[in-house]
Amino acid sequence: MFTSNPFAELSAAISPSVMQTYIVVMIVLVAVGTIYDVIHKKSAKYFSQNMEKAKKNMTREVGGGEKVSLAIKTLVVDVATSGEFCNPKRRIAHLLTMYGFIAYVVTTVMMIFCYEAVATPAIVAQLWHLGALMVCVGGYWFWFFIRVDVAAEGNSPFRIVRADLFILMLLASATLGLVWSYLQTTGNSWTQAAFGFYVIATTVLFASVPWSKFAHMFFKPAAAFEKRMSAANGSRSNLPAPADVPATFGSAQQQSKHF
Amino acid sequence: MPTFVYMTRCDGCGQCVDICPSDIMHIDKTYRRAYNIEPNMCWECYSCVKACPQNAIDVRGYSDFAPLGHSVRVLREEEKATISWKLKFRDGREKNFESPIRTTPWGSIKGPAEYDAPNKEDINSQELAHEPDGLNIKELPALTPDQLKVGVV
Repeated sequence: MFTSNPFAELSAAISPSVMQTYIVVMIVLVAVGTIYDVIHKKSAKYFSQNMEKAKKNMTREVGGGEKVSLAIKTLVVDVATSGEFCNPKRRIAHLLTMYGFIAYVVTTVMMIFCYEAVATPAIVAQLWHLGALMVCVGGYWFWFFIRVDVAAEGNSPFRIVRADLFILMLLASATLGLVWSYLQTTGNSWTQAAFGFYVIATTVLFASVPWSKFAHMFFKPAAAFEKRMSAANGSRSNLPAPADVPATFGSAQQQSKHF
Repeated sequence: MPTFVYMTRCDGCGQCVDICPSDIMHIDKTYRRAYNIEPNMCWECYSCVKACPQNAIDVRGYSDFAPLGHSVRVLREEEKATISWKLKFRDGREKNFESPIRTTPWGSIKGPAEYDAPNKEDINSQELAHEPDGLNIKELPALTPDQLKVGVV
C-alpha cells in the first residue's frame, strides 16, 4: 500500500488530464478564496492602517538589509519551526500537521502530473502516505486534546462549530485518502465509494477557503513578519520595551485546563 | 474600561479564558480566537492583558477619564520576573515603569499544601505553626522562670 501510487490505478477509470484539471481548479479556488477573504475582511486595509500607525510611533528606521534578515528569521523561526506557539504540545501538533500537509499536497501534485507514463518512485508514494499519516496524528491529537474549546472551555470534543471547518475537512481528506489507498490495495468493492468521499472532502477543503481558517497559512507569516518589523523599528504596538534583566526565573505557565 | 482582543494577534491559546476572574473571556465560534463576551462585566483587572503570551489584549478606556489618543500597555515577562508599563498621554508625554514580580524563581517557594500535616501534640506547644523555622531563627526569645527574680529583667 505504502509504495504504490493510488492515482496510477485510478487513471484507468479517470483520465490523467481530468485529474490534472482538478488540481489546477483547486489551486485557483485557494487563490480566489484567499483574495476574496482579504477583500471581505478588509485585512489589507487593516494591515496598511496598522503600518501607518506604527510608522508614526517608530523610533528608528529599518534598513533594507535588516528587513531581509527579519524576513529570513520569520521564515526560519515562525514558519518553519512554528515558533509562535508557547505551548510545546500545540507546537508539535502544528508541526506534524503542517509538514504532513505539505508532503501530502506536493506528492499528490507530483503523482498526478509527473508519473502518467513512468512508474511512480516508491519514495513519492511513501511520502504521500506518510504526509497523510502525519496530518492524521497531529490533527486528531489537536482535535481531541489540544483544541482550546476542549482544553480551556471544557466543551465536548464532538461539538462542531464553523471554526472547525478547516481542521475537519483536512482530517477527512487525509483519513479518506488513506482509507481509499488501503481499500484499493486489497481490491475491496468499497474502493470507488471511498474515492468519492475522498474527492468530496478534498473539494470542500479547498473550496471553503473564504469561510474556513485555511488562509491562516498566508496571513500568519505576514503577521509574524509585521510583528518582528514593529519590534525592530521601536513601535512595538505601543508595548513597553523588553526589560533589560536576565531571564533566570523560569516559567510558571501551566497547561490550559477545564474550568 | 473593558478589554478587547486583537484577533489578528490572538492564536487561540486559552490563557485569558483560564485566568479571567469574571469568566467573560471566551473563544469565538467562527475564528477560534478569544473575545470579551460581556464588556459590562469586565473587572478591568488586567489579568487577561498580562496573561496573553502574544500581547493580543488591550483595554479600551472610557472617554470620561481616558481620552482618545492615550495608550496604556503592559508587558509581563515571566522569565525575567518583571512587569513593565508604557503610558502615553494625549499631549505626547510618555511614562515607562518597570517593576519586579518576585525575587525567587517560580515554583521555588513551598505552598501550604506541600508541607507535612502537623502533629496532634504540637497543639500543646507554645509555638505557633512553622515557628521558629518560618521566622528564620533558631528559637523564640522567651523568659524562663529562673530569670524572674526581683530586680532582674
